[in-house]
Amino acid sequence: MNSRILQFSAHFILIIGVLIMVVPIWIAFASSTHENTAIITEGMKWGIGDKFFENYNEVLNRKGGFSQEITATSMFINSFIMAFGIATVKVIISAMSAYAIVYFRFRLATPIFWLIFITLLVPLEVRILPSYQIVSDLNLTNSYTGLVLPLVASATATFFFRQFYMSVPDELLEAAKLDGANSWKFFVDFLLPLSKTMIAAMFIFMFVYGYSQYLWPLIMTTDEKYWTVVMGMKIIFQESYEGGNLPRVAERFSYIILSMIPPVLVVVVLQRWFIKGLIQTEK
Amino acid sequence: MSFLELENVTKIYPNGTKAVDETSLSISEGELMVFVGPSGCGKSTLLRMIAGLEDITDGEIKLDNRVINKVDPSERDIAMVFQNYALYPHMNVFKNLSYGLKNKGESKEEIEKKVNEVAELLEIKEFLQRKPGQLSGGQRQRVAMGRAIVRNPKAFLFDEPLSNLDAKLRGQVRIEIKKLQKQMGVTSVFVTHDQVEAMTLGDRLAVINEGVIEQVGSPIDVYEKPATHFVAEFIGTPQMNFIDGNIKSNKFVSKGFDCPLNIDLNNQEVIFGLRPENLKINPNGNITIKVDLIEKLGADSIIYGYDKSNNYICYRENGNTHLKSNDEITLAIDDGCYHIFDKETKKRLN
Repeated sequence: MNSRILQFSAHFILIIGVLIMVVPIWIAFASSTHENTAIITEGMKWGIGDKFFENYNEVLNRKGGFSQEITATSMFINSFIMAFGIATVKVIISAMSAYAIVYFRFRLATPIFWLIFITLLVPLEVRILPSYQIVSDLNLTNSYTGLVLPLVASATATFFFRQFYMSVPDELLEAAKLDGANSWKFFVDFLLPLSKTMIAAMFIFMFVYGYSQYLWPLIMTTDEKYWTVVMGMKIIFQESYEGGNLPRVAERFSYIILSMIPPVLVVVVLQRWFIKGLIQTEK
Repeated sequence: MSFLELENVTKIYPNGTKAVDETSLSISEGELMVFVGPSGCGKSTLLRMIAGLEDITDGEIKLDNRVINKVDPSERDIAMVFQNYALYPHMNVFKNLSYGLKNKGESKEEIEKKVNEVAELLEIKEFLQRKPGQLSGGQRQRVAMGRAIVRNPKAFLFDEPLSNLDAKLRGQVRIEIKKLQKQMGVTSVFVTHDQVEAMTLGDRLAVINEGVIEQVGSPIDVYEKPATHFVAEFIGTPQMNFIDGNIKSNKFVSKGFDCPLNIDLNNQEVIFGLRPENLKINPNGNITIKVDLIEKLGADSIIYGYDKSNNYICYRENGNTHLKSNDEITLAIDDGCYHIFDKETKKRLN
């Protein structure tokens, strides 16, 4: 009896949690399928309307910006390139630097690690001017390289990889050495496959991090061709006010829903490995 | 003929610890040599130096007439079985076995053939596609052995490979290793702290203490004629009894009892050693003890008691004893079955 109450209340709390997360998304989605005027006069919608294709088509294909040449689609592509680039390079660099710190016992390895670690205290926003200066000196403004490169060093990921590598038993390295694996082979044949789940998790976090970058692309890009989704969100709002017409609320909702898709996709694709790693203890 | 030879091998760690001190040893072809000693005695370090996992501070290691001090571990023609097996968790058994061969650049057919042969030998054929995580302890042990065998090395090194198995399996695997080693005739070095393993497996033992080899010899030699006090103490369960005393005109004299000796020794301070099984109940004996504790093992009974001067003496009796605590018994020493060690140098005197 007692356990039933407990179970019921536990589920009750969980359901509330789920509702808190899902309801706003649902409202955004439902509203995005209605006519603009309907939302402005009647408020947000709970039910699905009949303007799904019109709204989404408008968002994806309408040309906007000062030049009237960019579309939301191009911003999605930019954001994806930026997030994918940041996540991929971040994972590679942190895995390699952690490998160096843990396995190549050079002097100062520990101080160097802590030096990397304290960069956590200096987020991009704090060093944005010097970063901008460097990137602009290198003539990398308005380029994908410039969007990605300053964000690829990651203390967090280095830290996680370091912790993981330190938990790999030494015998594995020794056995591999006897089997003729050099340091590159040990990294590729052992550490990378062993940290598959770790890589998936890091990739997810870093992708979302890269995807949601706002300030950096805003400063970096003057050319509309390189605008990203998160910047675009602001621009779309602005335009709808300055356009003199009614705010295009329904399309904004469509835009928000669309902008959630890439990170959600990444999570959905990678979580299979993620969960596999949690239930399989192979280390 | 000496096949694996250590010459004045020394290991000093960067922090100054001397793990192995000028050790020399020669192991002949096909021999199974056991390094036995307490934990931290340097036996594993010695093994790891042979494997190439540890630098050699000084001295030389030769395998088949080739100095291998500076040779890369993978090129020493040596295979090692680790204590926790160190199987590659993300590779299935086949890949575990073939990884080394692949790195050597052998052809696919060749690898397949070799792996299948070994898998058959070790009866692990049906697990080839499984990952180590899906195998039992004994099966993992076999895979670890297989990984060593498949490379067809000049020497096998075993680093306490049985210590992760339960007692029953350990006995089985021990016998299997011995059989396999004889069958293949590969020179082997086996490190253990377990003296039963050492006694049963080894063609010869090297008893190591604090980085120094105390004695090398066949298991029975080491048991019957321990060269030092340490060896006598380390080999044999229950432990040998040690009684401090003096040699006085060809007689061992201690506070608790005397014992006439039939060898010639100078008068000096000594440690007198008696194996528990070399004592027998005999009313005319020279040691009288008061029974304190009895351990009944089924086949044997181990009886502990105090002699007159409070030395703790252990004695072993066949079968189930009728003695009880506080019984007083008199023990005689089997003829000549005593070990005398110099009190200073701890070396054997008789």
